[in-house]
Parts: sequence; C-alpha cells; structure tokens
Amino acid sequence: MDWRQLWEICSAPDNVPIVGLIPLLAFYIYLAWRQAHANDELIEQLEGDAALAKTHHRKTWPFKAGWQKEVHVWPFLLRIEFLAAIIVTIILMVWSITLNAPLEEPANPNLTMNPAKAPWYFLGLQEMLVYFDPWIAGVVMPTMIIIGLMVIPYIDTNPLGSGYYTWKQRKFSIGTFLFGFIILWVAMIIIGTFIRGPGWQWFWPGQTWDHNRLIYEVNRDLPDIFGITSNLAKAVFGAVVVGGYYLLGGFLVYSLFRRYMAKDFKRMSLVQFSITQFLLLTMVALPLKMGLRLLWHIKYVWITPWFNI
Amino acid sequence: MADENNPNGKNGKVGLVDRVKEDIQAMRVDFPSKAKEQIEGLKDPTKTQVYTSIFRHKHDDTPRNRALGVLSNVFLHLHPAKINRDAVRYSYTWGMGGITFFLFIILTYTGVLLMFYYHPSKVQAFRDVLYLEHDVPFGKILRNMHRWAAHLMVIGVWLHMFRVFLTGSYKKPREFNWNIGVLLLVFTLLLSFTGYLLPDDQLGFWAVTVGTNMARATPLLGHEGPFGSMLGMTPYNDVRFGLLGGSIVDANALLRSYIWHCIGIPIVASILMIVHFWRVRKDGGISGPGPVMLAAEADKPRRGPKAAGE
Repeated sequence: MDWRQLWEICSAPDNVPIVGLIPLLAFYIYLAWRQAHANDELIEQLEGDAALAKTHHRKTWPFKAGWQKEVHVWPFLLRIEFLAAIIVTIILMVWSITLNAPLEEPANPNLTMNPAKAPWYFLGLQEMLVYFDPWIAGVVMPTMIIIGLMVIPYIDTNPLGSGYYTWKQRKFSIGTFLFGFIILWVAMIIIGTFIRGPGWQWFWPGQTWDHNRLIYEVNRDLPDIFGITSNLAKAVFGAVVVGGYYLLGGFLVYSLFRRYMAKDFKRMSLVQFSITQFLLLTMVALPLKMGLRLLWHIKYVWITPWFNI
Repeated sequence: MADENNPNGKNGKVGLVDRVKEDIQAMRVDFPSKAKEQIEGLKDPTKTQVYTSIFRHKHDDTPRNRALGVLSNVFLHLHPAKINRDAVRYSYTWGMGGITFFLFIILTYTGVLLMFYYHPSKVQAFRDVLYLEHDVPFGKILRNMHRWAAHLMVIGVWLHMFRVFLTGSYKKPREFNWNIGVLLLVFTLLLSFTGYLLPDDQLGFWAVTVGTNMARATPLLGHEGPFGSMLGMTPYNDVRFGLLGGSIVDANALLRSYIWHCIGIPIVASILMIVHFWRVRKDGGISGPGPVMLAAEADKPRRGPKAAGE
C-alpha cells in the first residue's frame, strides 16, 4: 500500500474538487432521497384515501388553515441568498488561502506529461478513449450527451413528479438519469482521476505509479473471433452486429415499455419513442462495449476502411 | 435739503458700506435659521431630496414597502414580490442556481483583475503568472480564488442540473428553459476549459492538447476523423486548425483561448443567463415544492389539443 502515492493523487490541487464532489453528491442524493421517500409515502396514503386526497394540501410540510400561503421575498428569500453568498465567499477565501492553484513548469511541447490528463470534468470522456476511437469518445459522444440532455423534456411524457421529489412515480427517468450521471459521468471521472496512471494504465488506489510498467494486452476484433478475414466481410459483419444490436435492443425496449410502462408508452408519439429507444440503447452500449473490452479483450466490433466502432 | 433726510444718502442711492452692513445683519438671521433647519433635516435623512431621488419608497415595515423593496430595485426585481412559503426551503432548491450565478460574478470580478496583469503571448504569459504569484500584492489569492471558484462553478452547475432533474422541473412548461440550462452547462465547461490553457504551463498545455486532439477525429471535419481525408481535410485546414489557429497548441491557440475565455464565451453565457432567469419568472417561478400529483389525476388531459378534441 503506497500511502504517499494515494496522498499525492488526492491532494493534487486540481483533484481536490473531485475529492470534494464525492461527499457533496452523497449529501445531496441523501437529501433528495429523504424527501422523495416522504413524498412517496404521502402519495401512497392519499391514493388509498380519496376523501383525504381532496382536502389535503399535498405536501409533507405542515400547513394549517389561516397560514399565509406566500411569504415576502424581502426578507424571507433575500436573507437566505445573502447568507449563501457569505458562506460561499468564506469557503472560497479559506480554500484560496490554504491551497494554491497548480502551476507546473512552462509549457513544453517536447516534454510530454505522463499521464497527460484533460481537466477533471472531461476525464469521463478521456476514460472513454480506452474503449472507443476519438471520433466517438471525443466528438460523437459529447454531442449525443448534449442533444440527449436537451431532448429530455420532450421525450419524458410522464406528467407526474413535476415540482417535487419522488421515486415511485418516476422510477425509469430517475433511474436512467442516475445511471448516466453517477455511473457514466461521475464514476468515469473518478476512475480517470484516481485510478489512471502513467500510460493511462489501471492503478488501484494505493498502488505505486510505475512509469515503466508494460502490459502485454492482445486485443482482438470481434470479426477475428468468428474467423472473418476479408475487409468486405468484416464491414458487413460489423454492420449486421451493430444494426442487430439496435434492432433487437429496440425490440426489447419496446417489449419492456409496453409491459412495465404502459401508461408512459401510450402517451408517447412514434418520434418520442424512437428517440428514447435510440438514446437509451446508445447509452447502454457504453458499458456493453467496456465489458467486451475488459472481459474478452475485444477492441472493435465493426471495422471498415473509414471508421471503426 | 431734502437730500439729507433721504436714508439713501446724498444722491438718493445706497452706499456700498451700508449695503454690506445690511447684508451682514441679514446673514446673522438667515444662516443660523437655515443651519437649524439643516440640522433638523439631517435628523431624518430619508426626507432629503438626495435620498428620495435614490430610494423611491419608504422603508416602514409594511407589506407594500417590502414588495416595493424588491420590485423597485434593478438587481432584486428578478424576484417576484412574494413566493410560495415552501419555495424558500433549502432542502428543495439546494440554492445551486443562485450559487452558480454568484460564482460567475466572483469569477468576472477576479478575472478582470487578473487581466490587468496578464499578456496573452507565449513570451509573457507564464512569466505574468509567476509575477502574479510572487510580486503582485494579493496576486496569489486572486489567482487561487479564480481557479477554485471556476471549479466550484462547474460543480454548482452539475448539482443544479441534478436537482432540476430530480424534481421534474424540466417538465411542462419549463422545457425550453431546461435547454437554455444545458447550453449554459456547456458554456460553463468551455469557459473553464479555455481558461485552463492561459497559465501556459505544462498542465494547461497538455490538457488542452489532449482535449483539442479529439477535434482531429471529428467526422467529416477533422483530418483523422471518418471521411475527413476524403473531404480534403489536412492538419492545416480542419476544425482543429480553426480552434487552435494553427496545427499545434501555440501562440495563436493561447490568444484564441484568451479571447474566447475573457470576451466571447462570457458574453454569450451572460445573454443566455439573462434568458434563463427571465424564463424562470415567465414560466411561473421556481417549480416547487409543488403539491404531489396522484397517478389517477395524471391521465386526465387538462389542456392542449387533445383536451380540445375530446
């Protein structure tokens, strides 16, 4: 156990935000979960009691007849904002006094940093470079993430859960978002920051970064396993596999949707459902491809003269 | 002679000395009384013209004045006068949107101060940072604050988006504002990324090299991307060249980064922020905490073409 190495990684100034992000996220997930749980209990209670549902104020916080429904922004909101501004300023001041911003040697194109890491918030994408070619990991994927985020309000047809925390009313959408945000984004950043060492090799926390370590990894392409040799056959094979994934996967999504999310499916138009299918399958393709690589050393699935996937 | 009785002297005109005497006498009365008035007036400064010209309403603790305090102030009028009693609950909002905006203001402030000491050129940039760290009074804390506020802002934006998602606040009628928010997320990351290169050290240089190398692989538009070379892309005319102003991260990249960081993106982000805040109000204020909705109520179409057709 190389504690010094671990400390060096955790205390590198630019890694401190990620060290801070973990407990922050844990705290806010807890805060959200607690409210979602309370709301879900209230919903369950009200759904079982129609008379109460008509009279209840529908919130978990107490409310009595005669209480003001609204409060003045001045001072009830402004004092919170003022306090928040002061607290943030104090945190920032203390942080800035105790920890210096990193400054390395002058830029030198002839001396490559090893590992050369992107800023921490892009490390998830850099981690994806292990499993995908740069045009996917660096261009297509970020674009898909942005577009995917932007279409969320237009493909989520579930009218429930607007303006309050809940889990039971939005299991699918919240589950998908948690998967995308926590597993595919934050966890990848954590791996990229704390696990990846020289040569972008995997070093467990506490393992010494060995700059001379070599890994003799023989990666194969999926067509090789099936003994396909000609370029044309490889291209056709890959197209069939990728196309088949989207077709079969799409069918599976449909089959699951109409069974377990019948109401949501009924509300969706064809375009809404197709986009959901495509984005969902593309998102799931990331861990699948990672699994192929980690478990069976498979590099490419689809090989063409112009691009490889 | 009639002239001798004339109080105005021989020629019927007042002498200069007499006038002065008269004025002094008048002054002895006027000034103390005015001074007294002035002192009386200062006891209640809210009645002075200067004060009333700045503050257009009284400050007695009445509901009307509380509302006016918000509505008649250019910085506060983003807020409504009154909000739902539960909307102030921190457990619901997490305050991350506001904190992000506050950090943006801190970043603008510290950033402008940093610009006084920084030249975006290969010869000067790194030395300027050294100078800032070792010679400029408070230079080190200035740079630290800018750096850490930037990181905090990225975290703030993520947590804000996370909260908005978990509370379903992107749902009707806030779909468009969610989109503005996604764009703001992208611009926040780009702001941070363009700033990364500016110290011109190994960390920034290689981070930006790694980052922009991806642009090489852009499909169609990058020289290493799918179909790029078929469309005539080379390292000297592809999208990466456009980003860096060259085929490597060098002086032009530093200048471009600087201009995007200090002028281009802040302007675009500010405009988007204006739209974002405006739409928060126009879409009905913050989304909640709203009353919970029961599944049985969700299936009743309330508005829209479907309801009209039924």
